[in-house]
Amino acid sequence: MDLTLKIWRQKDAKSKGKFVTYHVKDISPTCSFLEMLDILNEQLIQKNEEPVTFDHDCREGICGMCSLYINGRPHGPDDAITTCQLHMRKFKDGDTIVIEPWRARPFPVIKDLMVDRSAFDKIIQEGGYISVNTGAFTEANSILISKEDADLSMDAAACIGCGACVAACKNASAMLFVGAKISHLAMLPQGAPEAKRRVLKMVAKMDELGFGNCTNTYACEAECPKLIKRSNIARLNRQFLTAKVS
Amino acid sequence: MADLNPKIPQGPLSQKWSHYKDHQNLVNPSNKRKLDIIVVGTGLAGASAAASLGELGFNVKIFCYQDSPRRAHSIAAQGGINAAKNYPNDGDTIYRLFYDTIKGGDYRSREANVYRLAEVSNAIIDQCVAQGVPFAREYNGTLENRSFGGAQVSRTFYARGQTGQQLLLGAYGSLSRQIKAGTVTLYNRHEMMDLVIIDGKARGIIARNLITGQLERYFGHAVVLATGGYGNVFYLSTNAMGSNVSACWQVFKKGAYFANPCFTQIHPTCIPVHGDYQSKLTLMSESLRNDGRIWVPKKKEDAQKVREGKLKARDIPEEDRDYYLERRYPAYGNLVPRDVASRAAKERCDAGYGVNETGLAVFLDFEESIKRLGKNVIEERYGNLFQMYEKIVDENPYENPMMIYPAVHYTMGGIWVDYELMSTIPGLFVAGEANYSDHGANRLGASALMQGLADGYFILPYTLQNYLASEIKVPRIPTDRPEFTEAENGVRNRLEKLMNIKGSLSVDHFHKELGKIMWENVGMGRNEQNLRKAIERIRSLREDFWKNLCITGSINDLNTELEKANRVADFLELGELIALDALQRNESCGGHFREEYQTKEGECLRNDQDYKYVAAWEFKGSGQFEVHKEPLQYEEIEVKQRVYK
Repeated sequence: MDLTLKIWRQKDAKSKGKFVTYHVKDISPTCSFLEMLDILNEQLIQKNEEPVTFDHDCREGICGMCSLYINGRPHGPDDAITTCQLHMRKFKDGDTIVIEPWRARPFPVIKDLMVDRSAFDKIIQEGGYISVNTGAFTEANSILISKEDADLSMDAAACIGCGACVAACKNASAMLFVGAKISHLAMLPQGAPEAKRRVLKMVAKMDELGFGNCTNTYACEAECPKLIKRSNIARLNRQFLTAKVS
Repeated sequence: MADLNPKIPQGPLSQKWSHYKDHQNLVNPSNKRKLDIIVVGTGLAGASAAASLGELGFNVKIFCYQDSPRRAHSIAAQGGINAAKNYPNDGDTIYRLFYDTIKGGDYRSREANVYRLAEVSNAIIDQCVAQGVPFAREYNGTLENRSFGGAQVSRTFYARGQTGQQLLLGAYGSLSRQIKAGTVTLYNRHEMMDLVIIDGKARGIIARNLITGQLERYFGHAVVLATGGYGNVFYLSTNAMGSNVSACWQVFKKGAYFANPCFTQIHPTCIPVHGDYQSKLTLMSESLRNDGRIWVPKKKEDAQKVREGKLKARDIPEEDRDYYLERRYPAYGNLVPRDVASRAAKERCDAGYGVNETGLAVFLDFEESIKRLGKNVIEERYGNLFQMYEKIVDENPYENPMMIYPAVHYTMGGIWVDYELMSTIPGLFVAGEANYSDHGANRLGASALMQGLADGYFILPYTLQNYLASEIKVPRIPTDRPEFTEAENGVRNRLEKLMNIKGSLSVDHFHKELGKIMWENVGMGRNEQNLRKAIERIRSLREDFWKNLCITGSINDLNTELEKANRVADFLELGELIALDALQRNESCGGHFREEYQTKEGECLRNDQDYKYVAAWEFKGSGQFEVHKEPLQYEEIEVKQRVYK
């Protein structure tokens, strides 16, 4: 299929960016979206132009490095996948595809489609873990966890930290990301002793970094490639309120 | 030449590690603060090492090329992690895990290292549970196990199909905690470009800030490489796009030895190649072989019809299906080790029984399991893998069997290390997939995660201290020393040389060409003639690379083409060494299959008389390598032919 691409080009964090139009031809429907961009970049290199910079690594939907806002949707027009898992069979011959970086103040553009998501690392550093030193453990099966709780915990822990939730949200809220980590740890007995401290510090950091608040539109849930549920936001709110009043 | 003494502690095998710990040197807390350690890589080995060393009070600097330490490719490991807990009461012991690993590696790994790995395996599970890793559980609340290839017990712990992700997030959590505590400093989007050696010891690195393009100097009393494997030398592999050999290759050029480079693992269950534009191959976890059965049609004409789309798998009656693994290996069936399963798939496809349009695929079928257990059980066990398959291939694996084919996955070879995980350069330690130590000629499933975390959580924190105890009087060395300047200039010259080629072909062009040469000649089946041909072709490709490469953009800027070029330049040298190593090893063992050396049944024909050694290569100048041999001695186990029948 032949496609028209309108891609955001921006030299660096300080420069102003703009859309540039490109054309690619004979793209196979079995080609992945990022492979289509590889083909475009190969064309640009042949013309001695700088290729489009974008983040990507595992190309199997788990590292969370790829991003891209495609035709107005984070990770493009398919559900429950990342951009690297998106295939061109979702498009048709003659389509125009608009490709932008994540747009959120806490995720500044570095170059073209690449953004800085280190704000997520900073939130985790505030307490998105169980404070246990190496070697300070007890026998694994002495901690019993019901299958239901372990499954709920795993549902939340499946978050890949890609930032689609923030990119989808009109408030650039990170509540789904933070809620997922809070839930993952809150469902486990190991996480209980520092639960209050954790939620207060992570929420404070989230606010400090400029992420907005949740106004319950749930665009985050709709766009999450790992189907993280909005109930995690409810759990975050509940934990936060309990921690605040006690 | 450097000292190839593996420094194996004295005493009986099961006492060696405790003997080592009882007698090693330690560093007191006030001195730990004065010692700097550089860790390169934030996967399971790097993140767990940095976190544990930070907890001890050392001053750690950690580097990754990705935007966040959580992205390292350990995250993509799907199936599980082994440990000898024996929770199912099916007869597992530390010794059995050790034995299975040695046998699985076709008797080409070091006994003492492997025993220690099995010994610390249980502590890893305890550690990860304490960190909140949400492992799969039974209804009674205890941990659940499943089976993996090469074992007759169920010793694999897992978190759905995302075990690597959950273990890495556990280590990343611990690392984040130390970053917050100030014991670890993170340098993301930084790539190590060279090692700095002062007075014969590893003392720092030159790193490139990938955002600004600037070269930066960092000092450490010791340096740890945890930079993963080199599977991307084949271009198409299950590795991440950025996975590379460059850090290892630079230290190799500075005197570290590269061991067993030809021991590369081809994983049997990956989604087949679909086109020239393809950039990577996706793994379908080995765990699927617990419930999936592998087969091809018994009749060639049926296979032909399937390839042409005229016949569906479901329409082939049971008696016309060849479950070739169950037929050839009744004792292990679909759970034979990876090297055996991969070769068997290739054998059937080469014989004309392949089932997709290229003829290079076999079926992995869940029909019987779905009938026996119900779709919901299969969905619970493998749901995310089935979804991943459907998104890529556009076929529903609940209704039609998956089509799979072997692909490059893991590299057992790596930088030579002694029992302490130290290379032949004093002060340079290598952990995880980057070293060669534990898996011999073939790694068993669910053992990579075990090794990465064993090295990082439970081995390096001890052995590094033993080394650093003699470094406490060394003050921090300023980075304006001539050794730093010289290393930085070397890196700058190389990058400028790459930029100044100004040819007309892209990095990807050369990488793809290299990949083809490697896959065709140094892949699943190797022979002398093809290996010699590969060496010639790699040399001329390398020459062409340095004449005709085109890199756009600038050197002092974010430049992904330059990053790739720097990595591919090293792959173009490594490829030759892999072929050379495969050529000198006139035997078949594990993943290294030399067609000249096979039994009548087509199995590996090992030669213990002449090749029971680790081939440790020394760099002698561009394209010149010399092999040294570390003999392998087995005191505890009897070396036998590897049988899974």
